[in-house]
Amino acid sequence: MIAPRNVAALASIFVLCAAIGCTNFYEIPIETPIQPKMDVTPFTRVLVAGFISGGTDDVDGNLETVRLLRSQLRSKSNLRVIEAEVLPLADIARDQIKAPPSAPASTSTDQGRVPGGPSGSEATNHSGSSQPVTESGGQTAAPVQPLPPEGSAPQVQPVPPLPAGGPDAGDGKIRNEKDLERYQAIFENTEFWKKLGQEHQNPLIVTGTVLFTNTQSSGFVTTNREIIDPLGRRVVQPYRVYMERKGFIIEPRFIFIDGRTGAVLYSDRFHEEILYPAQQQTPPLSSYFELMDRLLPSFLGSLSTQRIRGTRVLLK
Amino acid sequence: MFLRAVTVCSMLAFSMAGVLAADRSAAKEQVDFGIKVAQNGLWREAQYRWERAVELDPTYAEAWNNLAIAYEHSGKFDDARKAYETAIKLDPKNMLIRQNYDLFKEINDRTQKRRGPR
Repeated sequence: MIAPRNVAALASIFVLCAAIGCTNFYEIPIETPIQPKMDVTPFTRVLVAGFISGGTDDVDGNLETVRLLRSQLRSKSNLRVIEAEVLPLADIARDQIKAPPSAPASTSTDQGRVPGGPSGSEATNHSGSSQPVTESGGQTAAPVQPLPPEGSAPQVQPVPPLPAGGPDAGDGKIRNEKDLERYQAIFENTEFWKKLGQEHQNPLIVTGTVLFTNTQSSGFVTTNREIIDPLGRRVVQPYRVYMERKGFIIEPRFIFIDGRTGAVLYSDRFHEEILYPAQQQTPPLSSYFELMDRLLPSFLGSLSTQRIRGTRVLLK
Repeated sequence: MFLRAVTVCSMLAFSMAGVLAADRSAAKEQVDFGIKVAQNGLWREAQYRWERAVELDPTYAEAWNNLAIAYEHSGKFDDARKAYETAIKLDPKNMLIRQNYDLFKEINDRTQKRRGPR
C-alpha cells in the first residue's frame, strides 16, 4: 500500500544512514486500521438481497454479484451472512411499477415476491434445488416471523406502487445506464425494504445495480518489445502501435439499506474496465471476476475495518 | 557579592543540566524498551512506554515519532498527527521523521476522503 516513490525515498534514506553509520533506527511493519465508511454496529447479520443487473447477457450480474459478495462477506467481515434466495430485483421493480396506484394494497411477499422470507415455504438454492433458508454457519434458521412495528399489532404493510412509466418502455432489457435509471425507485421504497428486513430479523441489506457491458476501442497503444541491439544484447524498447481492442466495463452501485427502517444508509458507485487485444478470446465471466476483484476492497471497506500494511521507522 | 551570585547561578545551571540529562536518560530507557516490545508486536505496551518518555522529556523528538507510529497503528489518527507534528517541530531536519509523516498523511488523507459525503 506504499506508493513506489515513498518506498524509493525510504530505501535511499536507509542507504544514506547506513553509509554514515547511523544505526539508531529500526524499520518496523505496521498495520494501519481504516475504519469502515458506515457504522454497522447495530447489525449482526447481512442480507445480500439481489441486484438489478444489465448489460451483456453472457453474465448473470445479479446472481454472480450476490454469490461473490456473500462469499467475501462470509470470510472478511464479522457479520453473519443470510443465505436466502437471490431476489430477481429487476422483475420485482418492474412488477411494482406495473401496479396501478389505485390497486388494492399489495404486500412485499406477493408484489415484491420476497422468496427468501418465511412466507415462501422454502428457499431455493442457486442450483435450483429446494432447501430451508440457512445462515452461513450452516445451521437451519428457525422460521422467521415478521416483526410488528413497535407498539402495534403484527400486520402486513402494504407496498406503495412505484411511479409508472419506466421499464415497460422498449424490450424491458437493461442495456445501459439510462435503462437502469428507470428502476432506481425501488431503492427508495422503504416499505419494501423494511418488510424484507422484518422477514430476516432486521439485517443490514446490501443491494444495488450492476451494469456489465461490452466495450471496444481502437487507437495507438504504447507497448514493449524485445529487440537485439547491434552488440547482440536483448533490449526492451517501448513502441506505439495501433490496436483494436475489446473488453468489458463494470459499473456497480452498492446500496446499503437499514433492514429495520428500509432507509438507505450509504451507497457507493464504481467504474472499472478492462481491454484485451481484439484477437484474444476472454470469457466474460472471467473478466467479470477480474473487474470485481478490483472493487472488492472498497466494497468491504464500507462494512468492516480494513488494515493497510506499511512500514515505519522507529528512532532511538 | 558578584562572584557569589555567579557561583550560585552556575551551580543552579549545572544542577538543571544534570536533571535534564537524567530525564533524557530515563526517557531513552523508556524509548529503548518501547522499541523492543513493539518489535515483538506488543504495541500497547510500546505506546505506554513512549508516552512515559515524552512525559519525562517533552523535547525528545524520536520519542514523539515512535509515539506517533504507535497511535497510527491503533487507528488514533488525530493523536498520531499531533505527535508527528511535535516531532517535526522539535527536529525539523530529521528526514526519517518526515518520511514517516508523509506515509501517515497518505493514508490519513485517503481515510478523510472515504469519510466524505454519504
